[in-house]
Amino acid sequence: MSARNLLSKKISEEISIPHQDTEMIEQPPKAEENRSAGVVRPKYFRFAYPPYELTLENGEKLGPITVAYETYGKLNDQRSNAILILHALSGDAHAAGIHDGSGQVGWWDNMIGPGKAFDTDRYFIICSNVLGGCMGTTGPCSVNPATKRKYGFDFPIISVSDMVTVQKHLIDHLNITQLLSVAGGSMGGMQALEWLTAHPDRLKSALVIATATRHSPQQIAFNEVGRQAIMADPHWKEGHYYGGHLPGKGLAVARMIGHITYMSEISMAEKFGRRQKNNNDGRLHPFSMGFEVEEYLQNRGDHFVKRFDANSYLYITRAIDSFDASRGKELHEVFRGIKAKVLVLAFKSDWLYPASQSREIVKACKLAGVDATYCEIDSTYGHDAFLLEVKEETHLIKHFLHKVSFERGVTDRYEVIDFDI
Amino acid sequence: MEYRAILNWVEQGSAVLDLGCGTGTLLALLVREKGVRAQGIEINEQAIYECVAKGLSVFHEDIDEGLSGYSNQSFDYVILHQSLQQVKKLDYVLTEAMRVGRRVIVGFPNFAHYQARFQIFFTGKTPVTPSLPYEWHDTPNLHFLSISDFVDYCRKRSIKIEKTVFIGKHRKVKILPNLFALTGIFLIQSPACQN
Repeated sequence: MSARNLLSKKISEEISIPHQDTEMIEQPPKAEENRSAGVVRPKYFRFAYPPYELTLENGEKLGPITVAYETYGKLNDQRSNAILILHALSGDAHAAGIHDGSGQVGWWDNMIGPGKAFDTDRYFIICSNVLGGCMGTTGPCSVNPATKRKYGFDFPIISVSDMVTVQKHLIDHLNITQLLSVAGGSMGGMQALEWLTAHPDRLKSALVIATATRHSPQQIAFNEVGRQAIMADPHWKEGHYYGGHLPGKGLAVARMIGHITYMSEISMAEKFGRRQKNNNDGRLHPFSMGFEVEEYLQNRGDHFVKRFDANSYLYITRAIDSFDASRGKELHEVFRGIKAKVLVLAFKSDWLYPASQSREIVKACKLAGVDATYCEIDSTYGHDAFLLEVKEETHLIKHFLHKVSFERGVTDRYEVIDFDI
Repeated sequence: MEYRAILNWVEQGSAVLDLGCGTGTLLALLVREKGVRAQGIEINEQAIYECVAKGLSVFHEDIDEGLSGYSNQSFDYVILHQSLQQVKKLDYVLTEAMRVGRRVIVGFPNFAHYQARFQIFFTGKTPVTPSLPYEWHDTPNLHFLSISDFVDYCRKRSIKIEKTVFIGKHRKVKILPNLFALTGIFLIQSPACQN
């Protein structure tokens, strides 16, 4: 199968792209064929072997920990061109390129590759699955060495700070003293904020996209409905469902709620309207009118169940709900002394992580004297925009990274690049 | 020529905030020639893209909403070049600029230029001049002021005018600026900073 077929096959399967329905991608990735990061394989790093387990934020110990990660591009001799990509709630380490074997395309493939926003000809890109995830990094569906059974509900409560601590161990393992940048949207943006505040000396810059310093009651509320849906599923069994029926219904409902919050009123109206499927057979249940939006949500939910673990959903949403970058202080106090440059991006129609939350980050940057740039991109895609507004993000990120890498001496020439937006 | 005048005033290595920085041409010049620590604020999204392409740090914001994120005197210069006449809350924006900057540079088109006077007098129409190039129905300008107006404004508020430069079509204007200058540029300081 040619690379192009692999790409389009993957796109049609829509498996590993979080928060997103690939039908919404306006430029099919096949046009990017020659700009792919190529065939990639996941790598694994294990650490925190007993008795040197990792002490988590809540004081509990966890170990050993496996981290699944991928890299694209080459680390330079000075080890100064590394960028850590941070994935969102349902993402994984496979950010770019084509998976060896399965042919899956990475979830941010349109942004990472030769000549792209995260240019693999210039930068060494790393992306790892978060702690608590279910895509290769230790999480509730991993085997607990103490019991030889999967952790399930025995997995300790984790935080965004723990996720970043694990990433820091990976960066240490890769022998990188200072990252050129960390970049992420949504939950990835929270990790970027955590990197900025917890390890300010370990990074030159941070890209903080469509995120918040902490969740509002509205954001917590949506996550709580998702969690309740999972826990109300009779197959959930207090988290110990492995080996039996999965709490698929509950997880699917959680995902459906998620998808509603990722889109905007306009993008839903444009995508579905009030169109109905004509054949009655396709109806989902007796009360369904066969609206396309109903079928879409069901499909998204069903797809998600095949690739995501319900317990991971519980643990990770809890982690992001409890996250607070300001650590109970004023945010600008926590930001003081940060030398890294920050790029903050928000999207006009994003009502899940509204621009006002990004402006709070910007305000703290101003008060703390952090060198920052902020752009509120005019998009109708809602929260999904951070995965879809490729052209605008590419322009901003490319030039921002170019400036940062010039200042660090990664790039020896600084020129204003022409662009056409 | 307007940019050159501003460049001459700004000290090497100072901190500059440009309110309504547009595509960042002036800021980029200041960075290149004066090594300033530059920050821009601009409301237009497309202009933000151009600023970022020039390597500038810029915030996509509306200066009419104030500068509440900045502490007092956190910049050596705050620039309001060709933007003051376009803000809604002029008094507020200028007060905020003087709070945040030790000095403020204001540049605006002179409504009392002789061409404008002639046009109003002889044609009875809203004037269109090189520095006020818009028709009455599509102008971004909300305030139409003359050099004399601004001098009066500063006097009434005890704002100190430290330096001025007046620019005509081809050269600086030395005599009767309110009649011959297309643009007036002022370096001012708030009453609170003068001690």
